[in-house]
Amino acid sequence: MDYNTLRQLADSVGLAAMAVLFVVLCFWPFRPGSKSANNKVANSIFEDTDDGE
Amino acid sequence: MQAEAALGRIGLWFLLLLGSIGVMLGAKDTPFAIQAGMIAALALVMVFMTASRFDPAGKARGFFHMPEGQSRYDDDPVRWATIATVFWGMAGFLAGLVIALQLAFPAYLNFEPYLNFGRLRPLHTSAVIFAFGGNALIATSFFVVQRTCRVRLAFPALARFVFWGYQLFIVLAASGYLLGITQSREYAEPEWYVDLWLTVVWVSYLAVFVATLLRRHEPHIYVANWFYLAFIVTVAMLHLVNNMAVPVSFLGSRSYSLFGGVQDALTQWWYGHNAVGFFLTAGFLAMMYYFVPKQAERPVYSYRLSIIHFWSLIFLYIWAGPHHLLYTALPDWAQTLGMVFSIMLWMPSWGGMINGLMTLNGAWDKVRTDPIIRMMVMALAFYGMSTFEGPMLSIKFFNSLSHYTDWTIGHVHSGALGWNGMITFACLYYLTPRLWKRSRMYSLRMINWHFWLASLGIVFYAGSMWVAGLTQGLMWREYGADGYLVNSFADTVAAIRPMYLMRAFGGTLYLAGAVVMTFNFIQTLRGKLREEAPMTETPYDPVADRPLTAVPAA
Repeated sequence: MDYNTLRQLADSVGLAAMAVLFVVLCFWPFRPGSKSANNKVANSIFEDTDDGE
Repeated sequence: MQAEAALGRIGLWFLLLLGSIGVMLGAKDTPFAIQAGMIAALALVMVFMTASRFDPAGKARGFFHMPEGQSRYDDDPVRWATIATVFWGMAGFLAGLVIALQLAFPAYLNFEPYLNFGRLRPLHTSAVIFAFGGNALIATSFFVVQRTCRVRLAFPALARFVFWGYQLFIVLAASGYLLGITQSREYAEPEWYVDLWLTVVWVSYLAVFVATLLRRHEPHIYVANWFYLAFIVTVAMLHLVNNMAVPVSFLGSRSYSLFGGVQDALTQWWYGHNAVGFFLTAGFLAMMYYFVPKQAERPVYSYRLSIIHFWSLIFLYIWAGPHHLLYTALPDWAQTLGMVFSIMLWMPSWGGMINGLMTLNGAWDKVRTDPIIRMMVMALAFYGMSTFEGPMLSIKFFNSLSHYTDWTIGHVHSGALGWNGMITFACLYYLTPRLWKRSRMYSLRMINWHFWLASLGIVFYAGSMWVAGLTQGLMWREYGADGYLVNSFADTVAAIRPMYLMRAFGGTLYLAGAVVMTFNFIQTLRGKLREEAPMTETPYDPVADRPLTAVPAA
């Protein structure tokens, strides 16, 4: 694998894969039914006693 | 059994003592011999302490009034790192003020060779970024990961090694700078042997953090931990790649980079900018995502936005480094790439700022009544301002004016003093009473004093550096009618001297705020509570105190 092959791989398939992965990850929290899960997690830091004992 | 274990430990320390004396005798250069001697001295002290059954950690726990007994979470490493944050913060701010004064009074404050500007400046940057910021990150990450996972720290002995090993890294790095040991890489000045030591410590940190996450009693990993994990993993990668170097001798301090020329420069700034992106941004955003909701007693404004914020930061930040090398030998496409990604970074940064600020939606009155919330809001405001200024300065047009001038210094400090400093102070004020089981900080009014001293200090710092940077940039590019430069470099230095004095004044105010915090911190550890008037009072007004009567329609 020389420099040019790696370079072509990076700016074609590599670039497309990264872009698709990024978009999927960003839309993941918007999938149907995730709203209540997100609310639950956001509030999870207020449950339980934090200071131990 | 106990005596045998003690004997074994004495043996290990003794071996380290002999080994480091051997290294000291065979060292190729004096600074390396001095550093080996420091390790030998440490080993000698540990031999005697172990032999005389003196328990330094136990004594120190008493000295710092640490609560006794087992509690639900393992907070001892958090307490140690909190104390270290305050201590190194004071050392770093003081070093900053000293070098600011050195620039203003070069004829009187140039202490050759150990305390000249060139050696003190990396001492200042490393002390505030890695010692103050790093200990704050260790303290808060260990605190947050236990609470959000509802489990004790994994590998308690390794967690303690992370703390003490990191302090040794700081001491070796700082003393090395003063002795003249440096590999001349911005924010990565320590030489190969200190880099190797930090690698051991950092891998242990990763092991403790990941193992704690794996043992969690919560189905989901709270978003703050995502940011902490990204910070730990990325810093490990950056550290390893940027410090690839070959030592001249295994008994000497000098090493040479594996990269040469522009590749070396790009590796350095890929590291340098991502040290800002993942050490000073991702790690401190983790603090923001836990401590701002906790202090405001409201969940984060949008959990979805926090996830988008996370992934955009991860995918975009790593490409922004080339903006430090605009108009250099770096290929044009790489410069443009760095510029474009820097501009795109503006969006996730402001998304995160809005997410933090909007968490206070419906509770904005707390800015008036709670000085800790006030600090957090100021930190987020500076996060927003410096992440707007950063992309702007990475545009080639602005960069041609601003680069190599004090504008850059002003930009860095509005981020460091405003964002990193303020959010860390807020977290320290949140953590200290809880870690030492006190009902509150010694004085709330002193927090307010700290807030105003620090804010005013930043205004003087950033304002004076803007003016200084623009003055320098414009003077450097001024041509006369005959095509010669109008100003010499010394002319520009003379022109900005008043700005240097104002910057030193701003630094004094910031340091004064930190002194107030340290006093407040010590008194809280001692269990004192200051009797003081409440922050806000609503005086009784008999005229206003009557029911609203409806005005009958005419």
